Amino acid sequence: MKDFWPFSAHSRESGNPVSGKAPEPGSPLARGRAETRNRDRVLRVALPIAVLALGLAVWELVVRIENIPPYVLPAPGLVLRTLFADWALLSQSLLVTLITTFEGFLLAAIGGVGLAVLFNQSRLVEYSLYPYAVILQVTPVVAVAPLLLIYLPQHAAVLACAWIVAFFPVLANTTLGLNSVDRNLADLFSLYGASRGQVLWRLKLPSALPYILGGLRIAGGLSLIGAVVAEIAAGSAGAGSGLAYRIAESGYRLNIPRMFAALLLLSLAGIAIFYLLSLINYLALRRWHESALAAES
Amino acid sequence: MPPANTSHPDPLLALRGVGKTFPNGVRALAGLDLEVRPGEFLALLGPSGCGKSTALRIIAGLSEPTEGAVEWPHAATQAQSESRIGFVFQEPTLMPWANVFNNVVLPLKLRGASAETAAARAKAVLDRVGLQTFSRAYPRELSGGMRMRVSIARALVTEPQLLLLDEPFAALDEITRFKLNDDLLRMWQALRTTIVFVTHSVFESVYLSSRVVVMAARPGRVFTEVAVDAPYPRDQDFRTSPEYAAFCRRASEALAHAMAAGGGEP
Repeated sequence: MKDFWPFSAHSRESGNPVSGKAPEPGSPLARGRAETRNRDRVLRVALPIAVLALGLAVWELVVRIENIPPYVLPAPGLVLRTLFADWALLSQSLLVTLITTFEGFLLAAIGGVGLAVLFNQSRLVEYSLYPYAVILQVTPVVAVAPLLLIYLPQHAAVLACAWIVAFFPVLANTTLGLNSVDRNLADLFSLYGASRGQVLWRLKLPSALPYILGGLRIAGGLSLIGAVVAEIAAGSAGAGSGLAYRIAESGYRLNIPRMFAALLLLSLAGIAIFYLLSLINYLALRRWHESALAAES
Repeated sequence: MPPANTSHPDPLLALRGVGKTFPNGVRALAGLDLEVRPGEFLALLGPSGCGKSTALRIIAGLSEPTEGAVEWPHAATQAQSESRIGFVFQEPTLMPWANVFNNVVLPLKLRGASAETAAARAKAVLDRVGLQTFSRAYPRELSGGMRMRVSIARALVTEPQLLLLDEPFAALDEITRFKLNDDLLRMWQALRTTIVFVTHSVFESVYLSSRVVVMAARPGRVFTEVAVDAPYPRDQDFRTSPEYAAFCRRASEALAHAMAAGGGEP
């Protein structure tokens, strides 16, 4: 877990203030440093949990003392109870949203990497299409979603939204990666008469892999956002069953606890997607790329 | 010192009046005449900016001369001769995502050799550079010297007729450099290949080569050459001999004259 923890770069510096020669294993100095590292690791998990517990306790207390009605602000306990009570409905919606997110992500990955490779192989295609890729990216998807819902079947429209938000980071990162090939390696490939296909497959794509994975990590979160935006837009048109639709619907019905429960599920889904992609990133790069290497090895 | 450009009756390749002017107007080489004889160990010695690396890239076909020509008297086509070249860069230039074995078989894979042939050749060449037990290791797990060995193994895997090395050991510590110098000499003698070795170290050029071609800068050209007619094999005894010191003195003087003529930095 530690090695793909997104903040490990900082903790590596702050957790290891004594630089220079590594002490002999088993020496008092080494033991002291290992203890410091362990304490640091415990703190890194314990502190955010403590903050969460404190926040929830204050929230629960305020709601009880002030006697705030649940349709204004439900207490965390009630939100949790609602989550369990409505689990059948909410889990169904979660599944719908996750499937949409996954499909959008997959399309973004294929589209982003595919377009980047196409741009890399043909300058003419790049010049012709790149401006439109940028336009797609800078136009707010909330504004586009209602239009898409007019012209596309609902599922296709939701997917298109997820794709539009998520594909650009993959495209931009892959393009950067494909253009960051070591010059000497490129010379070596040309010395041995490598074909365009060989250069792409054996040199450019592996060089670009860390960049592609970085783009995918961003795209994972964005495709969830795209799916949610499109669901909300579709929900106001009176159809849909994803989590975002549940939130909108619960809002109309003043079922605020269920809104919170659905929101909680969305956050958890986002976190899960982020860590899953971080794990894939770590597994793919741990043998060779600086970004995935542990501090000591 | 007069140019001692003696012509060999039967060179492996010859650069005739080669000039290279880059698009930004920098004149890297002008009127470069150089013959590489079959089986020799030739060192190109010169101050930085004298175009030694450019000359090496032109020989390899990685760069086109803007004047003059590269001749291969024995090859049917230039492409055919360029296909029998091995090149070692200043940096090890390994693919970080591939292990040692996959780095070494790359040239064979690019030319469509069968997996079996490639594996056998890679194993043989890794044995030769002393890395047989490291074929599954990744480049970042190796020391600088070992990475350079992998790079040399990769250049040798195609059994090249001509091996070009561009200051390959410049970034290594002296102990490692001496060891690799000795290993390179041993491989050269065992393989009977031709080597062109670019360096800015007088001591390295004299220790390794049978002929030191000294270049001058601005524009890059051959200034003179020093024949190092000490017998091989050379070892630690040669490195400490008065004979070696005398050759170094001569090469050093030639380099000093070349720098006075070209105004380059060492």
